[in-house]
Amino acid sequence: MLRDITLGQYYQTQSLIHSLDPRVKLGGTLLYIISLFFFRNFSGYMIAALFLGIVIRLSHVPFKFMVKGMKAILFLLLITVAFNLFLTPGEELVSFWKLTITEEGLRSAVTMAVRLTLLIIGSSVMTLTTTPNNLTDGMEKMMKPLKVIRVPVHEVAMIMSIALRFIPILMEETDKIMKAQIARGADFESGNILKRARAMVPLLVPLFISAFRRANDLAMAMEARCYRGGEGRTKMKPLIYRRRDRMGYLFLAVYLAVSISVGRLDVFW
Amino acid sequence: MGIVKTEDLVYEYIRRDEEGNVEGITTAVDRVSLDIAPGEFIAILGHNGSGKSTLAKHMNAILNPTEGTVWVDGMDSSEDEHIWEIRQTAGMVFQNPDNQIIGQVVEEDVGFGPENMGIPTEEIWQRVEESLKAVGMYEYRKHSPNKLSGGQKQRVSIAGVLAMHPKCIVLDEPTAMLDPKGRKEVIRAARALNQVENITVILITHYMEETIYADRIFIMDEGKIALEGTPREIFSQVERLKDLRLDVPQATLLSHELRKKGIELPEGILTAQELADALAEYAGISGGPGRNAKKR
Repeated sequence: MLRDITLGQYYQTQSLIHSLDPRVKLGGTLLYIISLFFFRNFSGYMIAALFLGIVIRLSHVPFKFMVKGMKAILFLLLITVAFNLFLTPGEELVSFWKLTITEEGLRSAVTMAVRLTLLIIGSSVMTLTTTPNNLTDGMEKMMKPLKVIRVPVHEVAMIMSIALRFIPILMEETDKIMKAQIARGADFESGNILKRARAMVPLLVPLFISAFRRANDLAMAMEARCYRGGEGRTKMKPLIYRRRDRMGYLFLAVYLAVSISVGRLDVFW
Repeated sequence: MGIVKTEDLVYEYIRRDEEGNVEGITTAVDRVSLDIAPGEFIAILGHNGSGKSTLAKHMNAILNPTEGTVWVDGMDSSEDEHIWEIRQTAGMVFQNPDNQIIGQVVEEDVGFGPENMGIPTEEIWQRVEESLKAVGMYEYRKHSPNKLSGGQKQRVSIAGVLAMHPKCIVLDEPTAMLDPKGRKEVIRAARALNQVENITVILITHYMEETIYADRIFIMDEGKIALEGTPREIFSQVERLKDLRLDVPQATLLSHELRKKGIELPEGILTAQELADALAEYAGISGGPGRNAKKR
């Protein structure tokens, strides 16, 4: 059961979006999120939603997977909406008990809800269509210019991909240690939060020891296979821009031009 | 000079207390000299703490000798400029399959070594394909290593070393954490490399059964080489092996006991098949039930 957990909930299928270069997707997601915060009117969000709809259609990922991601932040969304709705000063619309809803409040609450929804779905499109490995590769390549100011880009990317590789292994190990301790009478389930947190301590110690041992072994294995940092290293799967990636950038540019020109006007609403 | 040669190799682990003072010195490898010819299948046997793993780590320049010299393909392992070439010449497979797989997909892991060596992309793909086919893991190339069995993981590790085109592969207890089925898979893969690709294989193990196909066996005890010879020479010395706290293959042990009881069997029987044939001959039947005996 624990073996099947994948980070970033990648959805395996064949599609145009899946085959795009991760740099296009990373850059696109970033631009998309930024664009969401610049709209002054509702039609900007309409365009953003339309754009996202097209991308989702192209990605062949069922819509319910996107919504699944929303469940986790539903609570956060509700709180944000409530605060905006009741606490924004302005022209009074409705008032009951101690709460008042103002026109400005209603407007900012709706905007906030739409913005957050688009933001979450937009970024989950990226994680659903890109393998974690591809993502780290893309980040490594995109951040390469930072090497000039001595940011260890290759090392960070390597650490991230090793961490991803070891998550399921350490999960399984946690499970094993937990069962071994339950077998000897440990209790992880009863008591209040504090008590349960304390019960985790004897779990963490052996887990840490074993993680360090693994790290040591892995370092030796990597050195034995001639690993000596990013210098002089070639790639088995190099990232090369293809036609579809250039089209992707073009599509992004069109989106950006349209959404900014429409979204910044104060014509509608 | 052979592919791997050591001369008076000594390695000492220095134990220190919390302040860094020397508490004691353990000599893990003690004046070992050996010479391994290209294309040989070598087994190094010994019980826990006999120094066999420490010896193995010298062949890949992971450890540097305290005294003496190690040459890998003529290169002195203590000279820093040879270190990467040595690691490429003598690849190493470790004990724990989980702790030596770096990639998240089988093919990416096999490509890790060639990537580090700076091989051009197309050639990496070619090498990965060849290596995975050589260990029979080609159809798993797109799988996640987490979902493979132990034996399959070790075969991927062997492929990862193979993709670096080594002349020699050192397997440091590759089967210690595997079930019998996985052990068989790994040993079969190692033998195939030795016989088909003519790669020198140095197998470090404490399972006797895995060594019977070796060209030569070295038995280590307390850091020294206690016995050396072909499997037949080694396993004919049942009493000496018992002194060294080592097991003998079952067929060998049985024939030894039978010989003690006065049944005249030849020395150095290794497999159940050989024993069955020898017994059949002793009883005056040629062939007979021995044909059907299960080969180990």
